[in-house]
Amino acid sequence: MTVANPAELEQSLQPQGWLKYLSFSLDHKVIGIQYLVCGFLFYFIGGALAGVIRTELASPLSDFVSRDTYNEVLTLHGTIMIFLWIVPVVNGAFGNYLIPFYVGARDMAFPRLNAVAFWLIPPAGILLISSYFIAGAASQSGWTAYPPLSLTTPAAGQIVWILSVLLLGGSSIFGGINFIATVLKLRRPGLKMMQLPMFCWAMLGTSILVVLSTPVLAGTLILLSFDIIAHTGFFNPALGGNVVVYQHLFWFYSHPAVYIMVLPAFGLVSEILPVHARKPLFGYTTMVYSIMAIVVLGLIVWAHHMFTSGTPPWMRLFFTIATSFIAVPTGIKFFNWLATLWGGKIALNSAVLFSCAFIFNFVFGGITGVALAQVPFDIHVHDTYFVVAHFHYIVYGGSVFVIFASLYHWYPKFTGRLLNEDLGRLHFLLTFIGFNLCFAPQHWLGLNGMPRRVAEYDPAFTTWNQVSSVGALLMAISTLPLVINVVLTAVSGPLAGDNPWRALTPEWLTTSPPPVENWAGEAPLVTEPYGYGEHTSAKDLGGLSGRDLWSTGKS
Amino acid sequence: MAIPSALVTLLIGMALTLAGLWVGHNVRLLPVEASANAPVYDALFEVLFSIGTILFLGIVGLLLYSLVRFRRRPGDSGDGQAIEGNLPLEIVWTAIPAVVVLFVGIYSYDIYERMGGMASFHDHSVHDQSAMAAMVQEASLIQQVSADPDGQERIWGGIGQSNAAAAVLPIEVTAMQFAFIFHYPDSGITAGELHVPLGQSVQLRMEAKDVIHAFWVPQFRLKQDVIPGQPTLLTFTPTRPGTYPIVCAELCGPYHGGMRSNVVVHEPDGFDAWLQSNRPAQVAQAPAAPFS
Repeated sequence: MTVANPAELEQSLQPQGWLKYLSFSLDHKVIGIQYLVCGFLFYFIGGALAGVIRTELASPLSDFVSRDTYNEVLTLHGTIMIFLWIVPVVNGAFGNYLIPFYVGARDMAFPRLNAVAFWLIPPAGILLISSYFIAGAASQSGWTAYPPLSLTTPAAGQIVWILSVLLLGGSSIFGGINFIATVLKLRRPGLKMMQLPMFCWAMLGTSILVVLSTPVLAGTLILLSFDIIAHTGFFNPALGGNVVVYQHLFWFYSHPAVYIMVLPAFGLVSEILPVHARKPLFGYTTMVYSIMAIVVLGLIVWAHHMFTSGTPPWMRLFFTIATSFIAVPTGIKFFNWLATLWGGKIALNSAVLFSCAFIFNFVFGGITGVALAQVPFDIHVHDTYFVVAHFHYIVYGGSVFVIFASLYHWYPKFTGRLLNEDLGRLHFLLTFIGFNLCFAPQHWLGLNGMPRRVAEYDPAFTTWNQVSSVGALLMAISTLPLVINVVLTAVSGPLAGDNPWRALTPEWLTTSPPPVENWAGEAPLVTEPYGYGEHTSAKDLGGLSGRDLWSTGKS
Repeated sequence: MAIPSALVTLLIGMALTLAGLWVGHNVRLLPVEASANAPVYDALFEVLFSIGTILFLGIVGLLLYSLVRFRRRPGDSGDGQAIEGNLPLEIVWTAIPAVVVLFVGIYSYDIYERMGGMASFHDHSVHDQSAMAAMVQEASLIQQVSADPDGQERIWGGIGQSNAAAAVLPIEVTAMQFAFIFHYPDSGITAGELHVPLGQSVQLRMEAKDVIHAFWVPQFRLKQDVIPGQPTLLTFTPTRPGTYPIVCAELCGPYHGGMRSNVVVHEPDGFDAWLQSNRPAQVAQAPAAPFS
């Protein structure tokens, strides 16, 4: 195995320095950073759109933007946040950066496919956003694009939306294939599957979901585009089509999409907590099995999004039970994280604060999720602000909080510099308070009669909507300390050294930032990625009461 | 000071349980109950709310306790305990959620049946001459009912009791951008507001003209999508006189937020009076959309 030497690099056609981030680079680390920066740019756009929504909802009348524009804004907000922010960042950014390190490889299995997967995203995103300006009207039918509404809203915008989502879905599939191949086939000789860091398992599970379910979405959207362009009748009831079939096909992808957004986050948290708690990850084997259980169950719960559509009762019951049971493997993961923290020596830095806030938010969202899985409960709150609150607790309170935690944890690896802790904690405080202020009141709004996706509402709901809008404003402000921190640190932050957290996972066993092929010499063989902790006591936890444990922790 | 930790755990658990039950019982988050369905729903809500509160407080308490108790003291660069797992503990926290989820599932099945959710599986095939062939096929596939030569239409089941067919007041609901129209086939009345008598079972047969809408009355705790090409049924019994909002809950276009109407629950006398004053002979014009 040879290492690229500087002389070879001189002759390379690839640009060096910061320009490489704008190039068709094949380096998984460059591609990871490309995903990350690109994702954050779209996050700011999607966040601005959320600001438009919350401004409109600060008063009960439709008085800020026109009604058509409002529907365009909510459609773009959902589509951007899912397909251009969370999915590419938790999968593309951290997956690409970390997976080759974790398996002991010098790059992904298919570097060129990897670069193609990334370079599908900027054009797709620009296409989607430009549809607002060029096509005259962007899609107005929500990110779900339910027919017949999506067949009757302006066709150009809907077609651009479909094209864009198809490109993003393609990118996601390419990435998924690459992750599966890398984890299964590119492991350093001697490294067993059950020795991999948990994030590898999370990405393996996620990629299986991507590869199984995304093609269904692609096929569905192609049929939908036929209905729009060629006036076929797959989903058009006027031509004998069936609108509920679309919903089944759509949710067959879009429920697993939730796990595509949160499973990598689960993996990232499993990497962050042991390092900062100075303890091994608790229950490695059950964590692996619970990921796989979530993958299997995640594929058979889609119809819980359709309890008020025309679904037969037996189907409602089956999906209630299947959905509820996802709480079991998910619960195992959360208890294991709590057990990882228990008895550790936890550094209360920004990465840990965001990770623990993730546990707080996700447990809340998970509890409302189990409630929503119950058909009778769902029949009242389906398509209301209760659901809006629930899924923001899952994807923002869950995935986005983990993205922030990961940024604080791996920024020293990306740049060699440590982010400022004071600004980081300010960022955390503003985000946590703003997020809960924004979304907690929405549960009450939904229970009491406010449907989702409305520009106007019963004036009785004004107060809590204004509270929610203030929370959204805090969330917007919270990005300032983040951006200032990231920019200032990149220029003049304190040097981190190669391994500021004293971590044991392989990405830290090289320089920060790492060289082109990851390690100067041979890749290290890390068989115990979570080998933290002092073996002061040979006693098993089971034989100890909590009080004994605390006293041994002190000694 | 030597209180056994098992006892402490037990006491904390009992306190948590009591707190959860208290919160579930005393914190009212739902609007008034105005249908026979609503108290059943609220009973389920109370159970879910209590269990949720117990779990949330327990887990967050554990998290906060760990963060405070096990925080790294300045100058300490040592490691925590090297505990990699504990099988009995794993079994416990697999079993607890499994039991909770199983209990909640069985209980909500019971609630669902009391709401009449399962009844629609057996009874909601009604006779209709305008049945579409596709619908017949659906019926034969899903319900194992052979295609009736007279044409038997598959009505996609909503929720609600549909046992006493004789006592049911049938109303046809048409949803369109951006209004609901209510037609009373027995009296020939067509209206933009839904008027129903107190205590009588009402059956809505709903169909959409253009896109998918949803019929939702928060005070009834009932919602059913109104789908073009696939009629849906919703049955309910109003139990509280008053006027309640009907809200469209499925994105249906620019004026989705304005697609609202009212359901007026009359005392039986008042309902008869309303029927009398709205006979088609007197009100012959087209129904006014409640909002546009």
